[in-house]
Amino acid sequence: MTSVIDITDVSLSYGDTPAVSDVSLTVETGEFLGLIGPNGSGKTTLLHIMLGLLEPDTGSVELFGTPIDAFDEGHRIGYVSQQSTNKGSSMPVTVREIVEMGRFSHVGSRRLGADDHAIVDDALETVNIDTLQHRRVNALSGGQRQRAYIARALASEADLLALDEPTVGVDAESRDQFYGLLDDLNNNGITIVLIEHDIGVVTDRASRIACINRELFHHGDTASFVESNALADAYGASGRIVHHHH
Amino acid sequence: MQRTTPRLRVLRIATVGICALVAVLSLFLLSDTLLEYGLTSGTIAGLFVSVGRSIAELTGFTLLSFRFGWRMVAIGALIGIVGPLIGMYIVHREMALIGETLAHTAFAGVAIGLLFTSVTGIQTSYLVPALVVAIIGAFIVQYLADRSSSYGDVPIAIMLSGSFALGTLVISFGGGLTGISIEGVLFGNVSVVHPSGGAMMLGLSAIVLAVVGTQYKQLLFITFDEQAAKVAQFDVSLYNSLLVVLTALVVVGAMQILGVILVAAMLVVPVAAASQIATSFREAVYISILVGEFSVIVGILAAHQAGLPAGGSIVMIAVFFYAAAVILSERGLSTVSAH
Repeated sequence: MTSVIDITDVSLSYGDTPAVSDVSLTVETGEFLGLIGPNGSGKTTLLHIMLGLLEPDTGSVELFGTPIDAFDEGHRIGYVSQQSTNKGSSMPVTVREIVEMGRFSHVGSRRLGADDHAIVDDALETVNIDTLQHRRVNALSGGQRQRAYIARALASEADLLALDEPTVGVDAESRDQFYGLLDDLNNNGITIVLIEHDIGVVTDRASRIACINRELFHHGDTASFVESNALADAYGASGRIVHHHH
Repeated sequence: MQRTTPRLRVLRIATVGICALVAVLSLFLLSDTLLEYGLTSGTIAGLFVSVGRSIAELTGFTLLSFRFGWRMVAIGALIGIVGPLIGMYIVHREMALIGETLAHTAFAGVAIGLLFTSVTGIQTSYLVPALVVAIIGAFIVQYLADRSSSYGDVPIAIMLSGSFALGTLVISFGGGLTGISIEGVLFGNVSVVHPSGGAMMLGLSAIVLAVVGTQYKQLLFITFDEQAAKVAQFDVSLYNSLLVVLTALVVVGAMQILGVILVAAMLVVPVAAASQIATSFREAVYISILVGEFSVIVGILAAHQAGLPAGGSIVMIAVFFYAAAVILSERGLSTVSAH
């Protein structure tokens, strides 16, 4: 089976400060990878390297078996960034317009057709925000807004969903529903890479964990992570797992 | 599933109607240009002037009795479309200062053009050097932006005042440079609107409409979520450069009517007003064009009638719309159900 993401010996420094040192890891098809680490540990930098937003100083990156320089199927990746989570406070954009963006790389310069609109309708229904489609995004709650971004990824027919701390500022109930949606999507074959500061959420949901603090401290299934010393090694004495039972 | 709203459909019809009227006015600009270069007898332009005289007799608005009056209104009508259209992207990319900067860069171009004319004796429209220098300025702005984390306002502000300072120095160095009114360039004036300016506005507007018409979706995606657009493999750097160059084109075309000092308002104020009350991006595009058109046409006619500068009148009407939109927004108009 072809790996979705394959990075080998990747390093990146900002000036003299190393952000990511010599990290190698593979994300297989259908995996739910939780990417964790303390603040400033290089999680977002590593995700940006995986997605081609940053070029590493050394090492190589492959997406869906293709070296990243030759990769031309961007629609296969849905990305929910911290930036997009915060955007939209003043820009008049509706939920439907956000989800339609998922079709843009498919249609090029032509207008969206009936098929495209049907796919957008399906995506809106899948994440259960079809009744909010004409609302401005700044009129939504945090959890509803995240669903709109997930729907955009579904509309682009993404095989990989990458999320960078998507539930910051989202209430506990909406967060549980949101992660339930991610579970459903993962069970339907979508590969997920999730950066999340709440280690309990990640160990409850993810099938594999990558724990970094500039270098990779652990990469393996969740059970082996819980039993390992990686958490203490990466976070120091303060690191501990708190499970949530709402 | 319902893809549009009744409100959106009404706004679309109104905008299409306005655009059709602007297309008719563009016919005047075409005829006016051909007449200026002796390529036609100017039947269409003459027809517009005849209609204008009838309007003057009926209403007392005399501006349209003259060729230059129709030229001014037609150029203004094109500004009313392309200004807000480009403004929708630059405002929401938080690049509003860019329009102001490129206008001041264009002023340096005007000054350099005047110096060139006085030294060589070769006459050119002041808009040509303004356009060249504004496009060079656009690439410098993009270069500065690429080397900072965002459109940092410090280097942009330095470029704004630096290019204006260059313009004033070149004009002072040229001493008795004449030919056009510097005051007209700064504040907008009927006397600086030449038929060649109409032709240039027609060409610049055609380029802007063609690019935005075909790249609307890509520009929207990049404006809303640049990182996701990059992951989806849109050439963000190319589109950013394209947007800045299109801004330069609109600024140079619009500065004939609005002047260097006020030109950026036409990119910003109608968009800011529309964004207060629109329930979607498409709605905001339509509303900003309607606000832009109303401000320009009424502003020009009122200014001529009252003997005031056109730029100031246009911008004050647009600001009035903005204030009204803020009040309406606070009363909850933007949250009216779109179903």
